[in-house]
Amino acid sequence: MIALVDYGAGNLTSVRKALTALGADFIVPSTPEECSQARGLIVPGVGNFGATARLDSRWRDAIGRAVTSGTPLFGICVGMQWLFEGSDEAPDAVGFGAIAGRIARLDGDPDQRLKVPHVGWNSLDFRGSARLLTGLTSGAQVYFTHSFAAPVTPECVASTTHANTFSSVVERDNIFGVQFHPEKSGDAGLAILRNFLAVCA
Amino acid sequence: MLTKRIIACMDVRNGQVVKGVQFQQLRHAGDPAELAKRYNVEGIDEVVVLDITATLESRQALARTINAVAHEIFLPLTVGGGIRSEDDAAAAIDAGADKVSLNTAALRQPELITTLARRYGSQAVIVAIDAKRRDDGFAVYVRSGTTDAARDAVAWAKEAESRGAGEILLTSMDRDGTKAGFDCEMTAAVSDAVDIPVIASGGAGSVDHFADVFTRGHADAALAASIFHYAESSVTELKRHLRTHGIPVRL
Repeated sequence: MIALVDYGAGNLTSVRKALTALGADFIVPSTPEECSQARGLIVPGVGNFGATARLDSRWRDAIGRAVTSGTPLFGICVGMQWLFEGSDEAPDAVGFGAIAGRIARLDGDPDQRLKVPHVGWNSLDFRGSARLLTGLTSGAQVYFTHSFAAPVTPECVASTTHANTFSSVVERDNIFGVQFHPEKSGDAGLAILRNFLAVCA
Repeated sequence: MLTKRIIACMDVRNGQVVKGVQFQQLRHAGDPAELAKRYNVEGIDEVVVLDITATLESRQALARTINAVAHEIFLPLTVGGGIRSEDDAAAAIDAGADKVSLNTAALRQPELITTLARRYGSQAVIVAIDAKRRDDGFAVYVRSGTTDAARDAVAWAKEAESRGAGEILLTSMDRDGTKAGFDCEMTAAVSDAVDIPVIASGGAGSVDHFADVFTRGHADAALAASIFHYAESSVTELKRHLRTHGIPVRL
């Protein structure tokens, strides 16, 4: 069973639909304690990093204990950003801190008409093998919608460039994250979700 | 590299896809979920479902339509047409929409843009602008293009952005349904004035029109309906054509 953590950051409907389509057995835990029974944790999120502040110390402790015991953790979009230490978008909100580094605003480039927010389909440039990317090839395109992004760190297994080059997929041991929306990225996105479910099985 | 998006719009009335010519003369064009499935196979980047009647009965049919479409495709899905309140938007999003498109309601109560952006994030809020050319600029029309809103499209797009809109869907009423090509000048004027993406709409009749609006029109995305519904041009062919013209697309 997978725990899909709902901390009120927007809308879980799309992620639920994708997990259902993939035949995943999942719950939306109402208490942090329920995370301990899960074989995998998904922290989704759209909108502002500040919303992650609702993942209070009880949730952080429960997720932390699960991760320490080896349970795979998958952050999506703002959920991936939360895996880092913090974000310039909401300096008071503290990240989970599983990955060193800080989320910063994309610069864009008006001369080249590279707007921020970065909205639409862009490519994943692979930087080594990753369980999350099994079956996909470098250059696969996925759907992004964000203004802030993670730096390229040793955990970065695929990067994307939109004026800046940023981490679009991170993976280290049982920590996984994607900046884009796999639930909105057609077949490529479903394959990545399926890969995460396979890691949890 | 960020690609240019091709968006299929389905004008829906009581659960069925229809398409008007200049907002009139509706013609039956099929089941929304079936069409969405075909578009997905052909490589469409996004789908918009527009409820063109927005009556109470069609509202209930709309929730079923959104649900059915969202079960077929795992692509960004926008719902518009008659979204007048936070509750209307919440119903569309709960049914499976990722974004809502506000038109008349955004002009009448601009604070709705901010309310929805705070609740769901700016990426979930599209402000749709229907505009016509005029000697002194581009005039915004509301109520399905029947009422002059006494606003300029460029100024309104900038205000919508500052209030929290995540994208602008700009329809040329002069070109809508004519297949004479997008209004590239108007699209460029709005796109250059805002930092958020601009989706061009109205007038798509050939693959060259799309190439034009992405180059001369500075559009980030282009939306069309009937050109895809009646399979006059498949999405795949369109994208291949754009790629040969050096326009980045997802293929």
